[in-house]
Amino acid sequence: MRRIMAVLYKEFLQIRRDRMTLGLIFMLPLVQLLLFGFAIQTEVKHISTVVFDQSLSADSRDLLESFSASGYFDVTMAVNSYDEVTRMIDSGKAKVGIVFPPDFSENVRRGTSAAVQVFVDASDSMVSNQAIAVANFIGMIKSQEILTSKLRVGAAPYDIRVRPWYNPDGVTAYYMVPAICGILVTLSMVMLTSMGIVRERERGTLEQLMVTPIKPYELMLGKTLPYIVLGYIQITVALLVGVLVFHVPIKGSILELYILTLFFITASLGLGILVSNIAKTQMQAMQLAYFIFLPSILLSGFMFPRDGMPKLIYYIGNLIPLTYYLDIIRGIVLKGIGFSYLIGQVISLLVFSVVFLTISTLKFKKKIA
Amino acid sequence: MIKITELSKAFGSIGAVHEINLEIKKQEIIGIVGPDGAGKTTLLRMVCGLITPDHGQVLVMGKAPDRMEEEKDKLGYMPQRFSLYGDLTVSENINFFGSLYSLDKKTIQDRADEILGLTNLIAFKNRLADNLSGGMKQKLSLTCALVTRPDILVLDEPTYGVDPESRKEFWKILYRLNKEGKTILLSTPYMDEAELCMKVAFMDNGRIVSVDSPANMREKFSYTVLELKSSIKNSHVLRDIPGVIDAYFYGDSYHIVTPKDRDNLQFIEAALNERNIEVFKLEEIAPSIEDVFVSLAEKEVV
Amino acid sequence: MEDIIVTHDLTRSFGKFVAVSKLNLNIRCGEIYGFLGPNGAGKSTAIRMLCGILQPTSGTAQVLGYDLLNETEKIKRKIGYMSQKFSLYDDLSVEENLEFYAGVYEVPLKESKSRVAEMIEMANLTGREKEVVANLSGGWKQRLALGCAIISRPSLVFLDEPTSGVSPTSRRMFFNIIQGLANNGVTVMVTTHFMDEAERCNRIAFISGGRLMATDTPDNLKKNIIRGYLVELAVPDALEQVGRIEALPYVSECNIHGPLLHVLLEHESNAADLRTVTGVEPKMITPSLEDVFVTLAKS
Repeated sequence: MRRIMAVLYKEFLQIRRDRMTLGLIFMLPLVQLLLFGFAIQTEVKHISTVVFDQSLSADSRDLLESFSASGYFDVTMAVNSYDEVTRMIDSGKAKVGIVFPPDFSENVRRGTSAAVQVFVDASDSMVSNQAIAVANFIGMIKSQEILTSKLRVGAAPYDIRVRPWYNPDGVTAYYMVPAICGILVTLSMVMLTSMGIVRERERGTLEQLMVTPIKPYELMLGKTLPYIVLGYIQITVALLVGVLVFHVPIKGSILELYILTLFFITASLGLGILVSNIAKTQMQAMQLAYFIFLPSILLSGFMFPRDGMPKLIYYIGNLIPLTYYLDIIRGIVLKGIGFSYLIGQVISLLVFSVVFLTISTLKFKKKIA
Repeated sequence: MIKITELSKAFGSIGAVHEINLEIKKQEIIGIVGPDGAGKTTLLRMVCGLITPDHGQVLVMGKAPDRMEEEKDKLGYMPQRFSLYGDLTVSENINFFGSLYSLDKKTIQDRADEILGLTNLIAFKNRLADNLSGGMKQKLSLTCALVTRPDILVLDEPTYGVDPESRKEFWKILYRLNKEGKTILLSTPYMDEAELCMKVAFMDNGRIVSVDSPANMREKFSYTVLELKSSIKNSHVLRDIPGVIDAYFYGDSYHIVTPKDRDNLQFIEAALNERNIEVFKLEEIAPSIEDVFVSLAEKEVV
Repeated sequence: MEDIIVTHDLTRSFGKFVAVSKLNLNIRCGEIYGFLGPNGAGKSTAIRMLCGILQPTSGTAQVLGYDLLNETEKIKRKIGYMSQKFSLYDDLSVEENLEFYAGVYEVPLKESKSRVAEMIEMANLTGREKEVVANLSGGWKQRLALGCAIISRPSLVFLDEPTSGVSPTSRRMFFNIIQGLANNGVTVMVTTHFMDEAERCNRIAFISGGRLMATDTPDNLKKNIIRGYLVELAVPDALEQVGRIEALPYVSECNIHGPLLHVLLEHESNAADLRTVTGVEPKMITPSLEDVFVTLAKS
């Protein structure tokens, strides 16, 4: 115990003196949150749209208004030829082109299918997917309106109303803030712990520690406990910013969130220590940390929904602790669910922790070679 | 070759330099000695233009060292601590360093083999520098510095941790390069190496206290040194004898420093007998540079 | 006196390179044991093995009565080690470093304060307790490192080149501290390249190429190793004369020794020949340890 305390105290002193790292620990959650929260919108609105209306009728105007009113399309340019539509999209001035044929209005009135062409610049898949989906949707609704009015029925046979739960307004920040907490913990725990241990190896202080009676687990505990505290500080800062700046409603119990977070922290620490066992220099430790960090961002469901991923990738995502933690933190913050719904995830994190820490402790020898 | 005037640089408590004046002539070997933290490294770094002085100036071949981009290959510097690539092998390091000075492969190879052979490093040619011991790393740095053969060599504690035999070989190389016209400025903690310099500058607390040839320094030494061989284990008893200015271990014997004007030998011998100290041998000897150093550094807070 | 370290054919290789080869040493309780040899001779490797941080390839040893292969952790409790590379925390103060090691060695909390004070006093660090280590100069750092290594009051201390790169006065002070430890019954194993320090050891082991070449007291080494007749020659430009004198048929060795030359002659009668060649009267001397070192390193 005395030995753990000695290492612990030493770490605190060193962290306190390292102003740069300390500053980063506080700045990181702030900057990341503001970046992700404000700049990144997964929902695309205000797509610039060009129109070539050959029909110039009340019907074409009516449909065009529906496009505008949806908020997704900014119909700002009108042109007089196909060539111009093509040019606008090629040059990037417009992402979507809508072309009404000359016989549009007649077809509508005659009751035959009236074709409207919608060109979409698909080079940005995020934009084009959204545009296509919305355009189809508008088309459907409009057709339905016309049909119902023709049939003189009072209402459409189905009235499907989708009610988005948990995040009714689709605010990106609500979804991102909890996830960023997870990313921050991964980054800090893996990077800081691994660098901390590798730095001692590089400087030669680890050699000095090896000749002392200190036990590997004592060294690990002493070195990692301070980082657990830092991890909690980061999460707290991130949640505070989330609530104060982005007005994220926290539905579940904060206490429960903090307790379950511990499992994720230990899993990440284990990963960090594992990295420090493999890496010989701080450079290598950093690269290895990124090697873990990138898949965590891409495959955990942080940015892209996991449901749409190919099977293999999906399973790889299962091997990432962050995947489970995202379920936990999004669940508690956005859905207000409790431990009973999250047992599976907690057990997974526990397994990760045990596996990583066991391998690390077994691998760490008090020997140089 | 090098002219230093009124050079000053303030740091924290150690390593500062105050108003140093020093002139180094062509083909001189000049050694800087002094206690830890006296400012030796700071001085050498300013000579190489790595640190900007607060006051005063350094002129190397008439130019400020940080303005001599074109002549940079005329000045070679070996820093105090290992600063080569740990992940390159011994010979890769040498080749890299040599090619920075645009030497051709053959020249580098020939010079390196000769120096590595003399310092017994040749067997480790293909070892990664990281896996060398401290002294071997030093030898590698030295080899790199010597392979390039610039007109002026600035070496900061070049033989740090190097074994005695290799140090002798290394000095032979330095002397040969000097014969070929090179000017050498170095710092050293070894007093036997200071003896080999043509001029020694003694630095203390950021100032040069004394500059002279080793022979003159010994000549000017204002005390008598007695060498004592005895069975005693501690120099304290010797220091308590009245008239003894200082007494310390020196190799396998003690050196006793006394004032010059008295007939000290008899006096000390009597004092030793009085204290029942067994005397195997007691004689007056010529002071060494180390004796000079000890007396100059007497005020050193160590 | 009882042996505190006994090694039996202790060997360590790195790949094909044999760093230490069949080393057999007996180190007695309470002595200062000097470890000498050229760079890369295997001194650090041997010490690291004895500290239990490097696994021997073969052979074994008893350190403090414990088996080196199976009881390393017990050994670690009772030894102090100072590595060649400076290995303290640069960003901590003198006091904080000492406190840290007091904790790691489980010095009882009550005693910790007085022990730290004792080390500061022993290592002559008084007045710099709060100074951050990065601001200390070489000699100070080295003494602090020693303080950290012996804060647990070990009975056996390994010091790997503790005095490299510090000034002569600092070195002297450092060795006085070592002497003080030995006077209090601590066994000290120390590597050094300074012959004046080697002289102050009770016994010396000389290793070269991983092998033990000789081990004895400094006096005996000086008497027994050098075969021939050693003279000192005060020629001007000594360093430039080395090659010429070495080439003489009756000279077996010629080395620079400060401003003088030490010349090893085959017979006493050769001294006269040497005088004719150089014009300087050779002076017969007893070999110094440096002479012994050079002879052993060349053999």
